[in-house]
Amino acid sequence: MTPLRGPILRGAVLGVVLLGLIAPIVVGLTETARAGFGQLPALGHVGWSLEPWRMLRDQPGFVTSLRLTLVTGVGATLIALALAVGFCAAMSSGAGAGRMRWLAPFLAVPHAAMAVGLAFVLAPSGWIARVFAFVLGWDQPPDVASVHDGWGLALMLGLVVKELPYLLLVMASGLSQVPVARQMAVGRAMGYAPGVVWIKVIWPQLWPLIRLPVWVVLAYGLSVVDMAVILGPSNPPTLAVAVVRWFNAADVAMILPAAAGALVQTAVVVVAIAALCGAEVVLRRAGLWWLRRGGRGWSWGPGLRVAQGGVVGLMALAALALLSLLVWSLAWRWSFPMLWPEGWSGALWMRADWRMAMLHTLVLAAVTVVLALVLAICWLEAEEDRARAPWAEALIYLPLLVPQIGFLYGLNVVFLRAGVAGGYAAVICGQLLFVFPYVMIALSEPWRALDARLLRVGAALGAGRWRRLLALRLPMLLRPIMTAAAIGVAVSVAQYLPTLFLGAGRIATLTTEAVTLSSGSDRRVTGVYASLQAALPFAAYGLAALIPAWWHRNRRDLRGGTA
Amino acid sequence: MKRSLLAVLPLLFATPALADWSQTLAEAKGQTVYFNAWGGDARTNAFIAWVSTQTEAQYGVKVEQVKLSDTAEAVTRVIAEKAAGQDTGGSVDMIWINGPNFLAMKDQGLLHGPFVADLPNAKYLDLGAGSAASVDFTVPVEGMESPWRLAKFVFSYDSAKVSDLPETMAGFVDWAGAHKGRLTHPDPSNFMGATFLKQALVEMAPDPAALQQPVTDAAFAQASAPLWAWYDALRPNLWQAGATFPASAEVQNQMLNDGEVDVSMSFDPASTAAGIAEGTLPATARVFVPKAGSIGNISFVAIPYNAAHAAGAEVVANFLLEPATQAHMQDISVLGSFSVLDAAKLDAAGAAAFAALPKAEALPALEGLGPVLLEPHASWMTRLVEEWAKRYTK
Repeated sequence: MTPLRGPILRGAVLGVVLLGLIAPIVVGLTETARAGFGQLPALGHVGWSLEPWRMLRDQPGFVTSLRLTLVTGVGATLIALALAVGFCAAMSSGAGAGRMRWLAPFLAVPHAAMAVGLAFVLAPSGWIARVFAFVLGWDQPPDVASVHDGWGLALMLGLVVKELPYLLLVMASGLSQVPVARQMAVGRAMGYAPGVVWIKVIWPQLWPLIRLPVWVVLAYGLSVVDMAVILGPSNPPTLAVAVVRWFNAADVAMILPAAAGALVQTAVVVVAIAALCGAEVVLRRAGLWWLRRGGRGWSWGPGLRVAQGGVVGLMALAALALLSLLVWSLAWRWSFPMLWPEGWSGALWMRADWRMAMLHTLVLAAVTVVLALVLAICWLEAEEDRARAPWAEALIYLPLLVPQIGFLYGLNVVFLRAGVAGGYAAVICGQLLFVFPYVMIALSEPWRALDARLLRVGAALGAGRWRRLLALRLPMLLRPIMTAAAIGVAVSVAQYLPTLFLGAGRIATLTTEAVTLSSGSDRRVTGVYASLQAALPFAAYGLAALIPAWWHRNRRDLRGGTA
Repeated sequence: MKRSLLAVLPLLFATPALADWSQTLAEAKGQTVYFNAWGGDARTNAFIAWVSTQTEAQYGVKVEQVKLSDTAEAVTRVIAEKAAGQDTGGSVDMIWINGPNFLAMKDQGLLHGPFVADLPNAKYLDLGAGSAASVDFTVPVEGMESPWRLAKFVFSYDSAKVSDLPETMAGFVDWAGAHKGRLTHPDPSNFMGATFLKQALVEMAPDPAALQQPVTDAAFAQASAPLWAWYDALRPNLWQAGATFPASAEVQNQMLNDGEVDVSMSFDPASTAAGIAEGTLPATARVFVPKAGSIGNISFVAIPYNAAHAAGAEVVANFLLEPATQAHMQDISVLGSFSVLDAAKLDAAGAAAFAALPKAEALPALEGLGPVLLEPHASWMTRLVEEWAKRYTK
């Protein structure tokens, strides 16, 4: 059997990644930048000019939009990070991956579905207000801005609820690489409060392992569209939403300031990440001083307990939001101030033409996840022959860091020229940009952690490269592979902008339908789509747990292993 | 079967236009028309699905709805295609369009046509100069888009909670003062929000004739001055003190249903009755129109210049104008949208189809809706929305 030659494989995988992942972003950004500097021949704009930037500056509320973006994106990231750190520190004795498993469902739910659910729970006529109405005897909802508020608090809350489980799971996985128990014991023996040992000793080791995920959270929070449409301020909205609105404005000349705004959006993310790096340098110095001061920090306990309570409270809110989706989808009439629907009906489930959207979603998820898995396995397998190339690995994460709105418009123009726009191929390419990095993140650690001696034994017994991969590595890694696939499904299902822009709107998925319908008047129909949208990743995670358990039913040491 | 026979009969004595039509029919057979239509209304979506089954059975043309959250998405798509030099085989075959989007596409040369005169069913339309179907927001249609449904601005409210709604737009200032936080309007970047402002503009402008001309700085300053004075008095008493607005009329309908506000608005006089039947509005919801009348316009379908299936799109546009289709559309249990056909031009069968339609309590009679006020020139809407944003978006 011809062995997979290391250099060739590495070259091929690098080529695919560069052409498939990096080129679209660079080319898309370039096209956007051309429009941003006045090059839009279709509308008769030729020649470079700064007119788009003048138009952008003169858009009412532009400065407010920019401020809202910074406040909500940075604020949500910092709050989520602080809560996650506090939670882990409070759980200090060992917040293993296993103990965090209860968070997986919240991670799986797409942002749009969570936002629709939260909007109902939080709205002035929502579930929480109805409880107050029941107790206080209100007959009409209060006139308060509890969603779409001008400060973006509801949006921040939504982002925190959605990013918290992600950060916690990332931290749990990072912690498994740090000898937490031993270091905690040493620290406590020296008289430090448990939470403080965690923050002083464990956290500095953990940060490098979670730095990139935090960047991703930050970039996402700054450029989110679907959640900001459903929960965020509207007059003006955050910058990313404003840019999407301008791209879609009736006055087509608005594409010019929209492109300029998309560039600003990209710059905002770059600057925010740079600022985070700067803060890291400063805090490292300050931390060293703090560490050497040697305070034992017993007074920290209550603060950490608050963080712990905050996490539990937010997850309870998330659970309530998801429950409300299901209840709405089955309600017939449910008016204020009723706590529970007055009439039930399955009619919406019977009627809603969700079957095509479901089919599109499933096909897209299946194809992108299989492609992403094959690519990731090739990439990791190629590692056997070489030292890891950190620069190439960093590039994989680029799609998660560059705001989608920055390059999707430009990318679509390129796809149109190539004649592949508006079809499955374009959407699959677009989704793969985001599915592949997450699959890589999920798969690379368990892959590298596999005991290499097993493979050496296999090789010594004469097993060739293919056989080692197919008979040893893949079966032993079935559980993490399935987990990576489930994460891939969740990411694919949740994609909104790529599906909308690159599919020419023809490929309607559960997510595009849910966001479109959330602009309609029937919350029950939205409930049907959002429930399905949330259920699909749940099902994927369920299968990811069940299949390896069944497959390995007679392999004791492979059950309940690394997940 | 009889109808298709009648449709074929004149071909024997074919005039050039009708010969062209048989050619169009032949070309259209087997095509799938991608109909880009706002998808926020489940009943409209269901109606379009019904159209597809009908046109497929009768002409072999399938209709696939591309559900938009904003019509401008389709316009942007055509522009992107033009930017990429894709002048044939475009992805958008037909758009539900009117007003500023139509003006933008017409100005940019992005439309196929003129084609309306070629449609056999155009004979049921009143296309005379100045008729409602021949101008779109005062922009002459010139055969570049074909009408399909009538829109008229109405308010809806819950008659169990409110009974003292004002008879004029001006009266809303006092009403909102007495019912603090119970009135709002969709964000003016949404066309319903813009229509709310236009309705007030039309009522308050010192010289309504000026609104029928393209907007100028001087005309705008003069015509809109009373509007802004009115709005400044109204806004502090709006829902959430006028700091934020629902994204669309559909969201506001939901708020009416939730009891967050007392008033919502619609461009479809039948939508209230439809909402009650669907369970999305309380059974006591009713329609109300300012005494002096309200803005009305016609929804059109247009075909982009690069549409891959222009022939199929023409067949669908023609099917939408069939008296039987229009009567089906006006049926409250289907869509409840008023017909665009000229009642005087209908034959006996067509008139009977309309006469047989069922009634509903919350469904206003056409006579009860008051006079139709003309839409201002489309440039006014753009200007109004911009000015509103300048004044109230900080």
